[in-house]
Amino acid sequence: MTYQTSRRGFLTAAAASATILAVGYRPDGVLAATGEAASLNPFVKISGDGTVTAVLKHFEMGQGTTTGLTTLIAEELDADWSAIEFEFAPADNKRYKNLAFGSQGTGGSTAIANSFGQYRSAAAAARAVIVQAAAAEWGVKPDAISIEDGVLKSGNRSAGFGDFITAAAKLDAPAEPTLKAPEDFRLIGKATLPRKDSAAKTDGSAKFGLDMRVPGMARAVILRSPKFGGTLKSFDIGRAKKVSGFIDAKEMPGKSGVAIFGETTWAALSARGEINAEWDFSKAETRGTDDMLADAIKSLDAPSWQAGKEKDAGVSAKAIKGAAKTVEAEFHFPLLAHAPMEPSNCIIEKTAGGVTVHDGCQFPALAQPTVAAILGLKPEQVTVNTVYAGGSFGRRANPTADYQAEAAMAFALLGGERAVQLVWSREDDIKGGYYRPMAVHKARIGVDEDGNITGWDHRIASNSIMKGTPFESFLVHDGVDHSSVEGAADTPYAIPAMTVGLSDITTPMRTLWWRSVGHTHSAYAMESLVDMAAEAAGKDPLEMRLELLKDAGADGKRLSAVLKLAAEKAGWGGTLSQGRGRGIALHKSFDSYVAEVVEVSVDDGDVRIEKVTCAVDCGIAINPDVIKAQIEGGLGYGLGAIMRNHVTMTDGVVDQSNFPDYEPLRITDMPAVEVHIVESAEAPTGIGEPGTPPIGPALANAIYAATGERITRLPMSENGISFA
Amino acid sequence: MAIKLKINGEERDVSAPPSTPLLWVLRDELDMTGTKFGCGVASCGACTIHVDGVPTRSCQLTLEGAQASEITTIEGASGKVAKAVQDAWRELDVVQCGYCQSGQIMSAIGLLSETSKPTDEDIDDAMYGNACRCATYVRIRSAIHHAAKTLEG
Ligand code: FES
Ligand code: FES
Repeated sequence: MTYQTSRRGFLTAAAASATILAVGYRPDGVLAATGEAASLNPFVKISGDGTVTAVLKHFEMGQGTTTGLTTLIAEELDADWSAIEFEFAPADNKRYKNLAFGSQGTGGSTAIANSFGQYRSAAAAARAVIVQAAAAEWGVKPDAISIEDGVLKSGNRSAGFGDFITAAAKLDAPAEPTLKAPEDFRLIGKATLPRKDSAAKTDGSAKFGLDMRVPGMARAVILRSPKFGGTLKSFDIGRAKKVSGFIDAKEMPGKSGVAIFGETTWAALSARGEINAEWDFSKAETRGTDDMLADAIKSLDAPSWQAGKEKDAGVSAKAIKGAAKTVEAEFHFPLLAHAPMEPSNCIIEKTAGGVTVHDGCQFPALAQPTVAAILGLKPEQVTVNTVYAGGSFGRRANPTADYQAEAAMAFALLGGERAVQLVWSREDDIKGGYYRPMAVHKARIGVDEDGNITGWDHRIASNSIMKGTPFESFLVHDGVDHSSVEGAADTPYAIPAMTVGLSDITTPMRTLWWRSVGHTHSAYAMESLVDMAAEAAGKDPLEMRLELLKDAGADGKRLSAVLKLAAEKAGWGGTLSQGRGRGIALHKSFDSYVAEVVEVSVDDGDVRIEKVTCAVDCGIAINPDVIKAQIEGGLGYGLGAIMRNHVTMTDGVVDQSNFPDYEPLRITDMPAVEVHIVESAEAPTGIGEPGTPPIGPALANAIYAATGERITRLPMSENGISFA
Repeated sequence: MAIKLKINGEERDVSAPPSTPLLWVLRDELDMTGTKFGCGVASCGACTIHVDGVPTRSCQLTLEGAQASEITTIEGASGKVAKAVQDAWRELDVVQCGYCQSGQIMSAIGLLSETSKPTDEDIDDAMYGNACRCATYVRIRSAIHHAAKTLEG
C-alpha cells in the first residue's frame, strides 16, 4: 500500500509505530478499543505503520478461514485487501470461543457462520474510533471522512490508519457499531478474492505442525497395541539401541504403548521397527468387522431407541401394511479413516512458566486443559501456538485430544526439559482408530396406487461418536446420539408415518466425526431410497423430490431451489447417449442446502464419473471462489471413500496400513465439476462439509440409471463395480 | 563421515547414516521443510523433488544414492517454468490445506519442462502419483494448462 503522506504525517506515523490499536471484546462481551493488545486478546490489530492484522479464532485446515475471516475484517474496516495480514489467536476459551458451541474450536462448518456478526462488528468498531480520531484531528465531521483501501480522505486531506491509532486507542468503542448494508459490500461476495494463504503454500514456506523446529527438539513415535483396547504387558528394546540417533524407549502411562525417542524422525521410526512388545488383549476388541456388521444387522430387529419425531414404532408398520408397493433395502457403511495429508503430530516445548504446544490445533479448548492436566500445570500455563494444518476432515478435533495428550506424556517421559515432537506415520494414521463409524441402514417404504408414500420404517445401527465424551450431555438425548441419525431422523422431506429406530454398535474402538459426520451415511441411504420409492411410484426422481418438499416449509423452498437449479444446469431430463446415466441427490447439512447431479459413462463394465453439477445455498456467499473450492473438495473427498475406501479388521487387527491399500482419490478419478451458488440474503451457513453428503447417492443413482444396478454396500469397489 | 550433497545449487555436508531416506535428510538434518512426508512408501508424492531435473520421490532415495546428483527442492524451484507454474497456482487459488502442494508443483514443473503443451492424458500420467486429500484436482489440471499457455507466450 502506498499513499502520499505529508512530512508531519510521516513523523506522526513513526512516533505512533511503537503503539497499536487493538479492538475486540472484553470477557463480558462488550466491544473495546485499547492500545495494548496483550490485555485484550483482540480480533483486529492496527500498528503504527498502518498494518492491519486480523486475529483468527479459527484454524486453517484448507477450508479458507484465513481468507474468510480476514475478508470480514477488511470489509468493515475498508482496509486494503492486498495488504491486510492475519495471525492465529492464542488459546483463550472466553474471548475466542466458537459461538456455535461455547468453547474455542473449529468444526461443524461453523467458522464463518458464528463469526459473521462478531468479526464485522469488531472491524466496524475499529473503523468508528479511527474515523472519530481523524475527525478530531482534521476538524471535520466524521461523516465527511471516507475510507478506501485503507486510506482516509476528507477534502484534500488523506492519511493511513497508522496516523490515528494512538488517539483512537483512547476512545470508547461503540457498543453497537453500524454494519454495512449488503449492497455496500465491496469484498464480501466478490467473485475472486485471492486466498491469503496461496503464496506461502506454493513456495514451500508455509509451516505446518510437522515443519516446526524448536531448539534441541527430540522426536517421538509410539508403538501402540495392534488391537483396540489392548494394553502393554512388556517390551524388549532389542536392537533399537544399535539405531543411530536412538535416544530411549519408555512405557506410556496406562500401559497404552511404548514411546520411542530419536534425534530425528527417521531414527525414531527405525528404532520402533526393532522393538518387540507383548500385549494383553483381554479387554481388547477381537472381533472382525464382519462380526461387528452381523451384530449390528441383528440389533435392527428391535432397535434400542426411537429417534424420529414419531416415537411409536408401530405407526410406520401400520401405514406400510397393505400398501400397493413396498420398497425394501439394507445399506452397509464401512469404517473410514480420515487420512489427512499431514499425519497427526505436535510439539511440546518447555517455555517460561509452562509449556508451548506447536500444533495445527483445531480445538484449543480441548488440547490446552488436556496437556495441562497431564503435565500438572494450570491451563493458562499451556500456550497454544496454532500453525497451518495439513487437512483434518474431523481427525484433529478429538474429544480426547489424543495426539496432544500423547505428546505431553512423551515430553514428560523424556524428562520434561527437552522439547518433543510427536509424529504419527501414515501406518499409525490408517491403523489408529478414531474412524468414521460403521453404520447399517434398513428401510421399508410403502407406496400407494397413486404413487404417494404411505409410511417409512427406517432403522439405523451405528457407533455413537458422542457417548463417553464431553459432548454427550448436549448431543445425546434419551439414548439417541443425534450424530448417528442426523439427516434421516430430521429429514426435511414431508414424509408421512415415518419412524427412525436406532441401535448403538459398541466396541472398545473409538469413532470420530468424519467430514459431514452422520450425513456421510444418512444422505446415501435417504437419497438412494427416495430414488427407489420414485421408481416404485412411477415418478421421475426430480419430480418425486419436489413433491416431498412441497409441504416442507422454509427448508423445502430452499431445497427445491437448489434442486431445480442443479437439474437445469445439468440438463436433467435431456437425452443421453448409450451407456450414460444421470443421478441426482439433495441434502441439507450444517444449515446449507446442496444438490448434485452426477453423470457417468459405462464402458465395458467400467464406470467413469464424467461430471458433477452442483447447486448450493449457503446464505450470503462471503468468498464465492472458496465456496466453489469447498464443494469441489468436499465432493472429491466423499467420492474417493464411496468408490473404494474401507477399514476392515480381522480378529481385531486392522487390515489396511497405508495409501496402497487405502487408496486415495487420484487426479484420474476426479470428474469435471460445475458449482452454482444461489444468491441469498440469509445469514451465511456452513460450507466445509455440505458438499460431501450428496455425492455418494448422486453417483449411486447415476450408476443405477446407466446399469440397473443398485449399490447398497460400500465401498462400491467391493461390489463388483470397477472404475475407469 | 559426512556425505556431500548438492541441493538447490549449494553444497551441503550431511552426517547421517547413508541409508537414511533423502526426505528425512532434507527435513530433519537440513531443516528444509518444504518437502513433505505423507506416506513414506512412494504412494502420495508429497515428498517430490527433482533429481537431475527429474521428479523423484525423496522418501525412496537414500542419502547415499543422492550424492552424485543435482537435487532441487521446492525452496529452490526457479526459472521460467517454475514461475509459470507457481503463478498459475496462485492465480487459480489451487491450494486448500496446501500440504500436498510442494509435491504437486514439483511434479507439474517436471511435466512442463518435458512437455510444453500437455494433454489431459499427459497430466494424468505425470500427476497420478500425487495425491491430494483436499481433492484440488480440478484446479491442478486447470493450472497446468494455464501455465502451459503462459509459457507459450
Ligand atoms: S512420502 Fe514419499 S511418496 Fe509419500
Ligand atoms: S491441498 Fe490439502 S492435500 Fe492437497
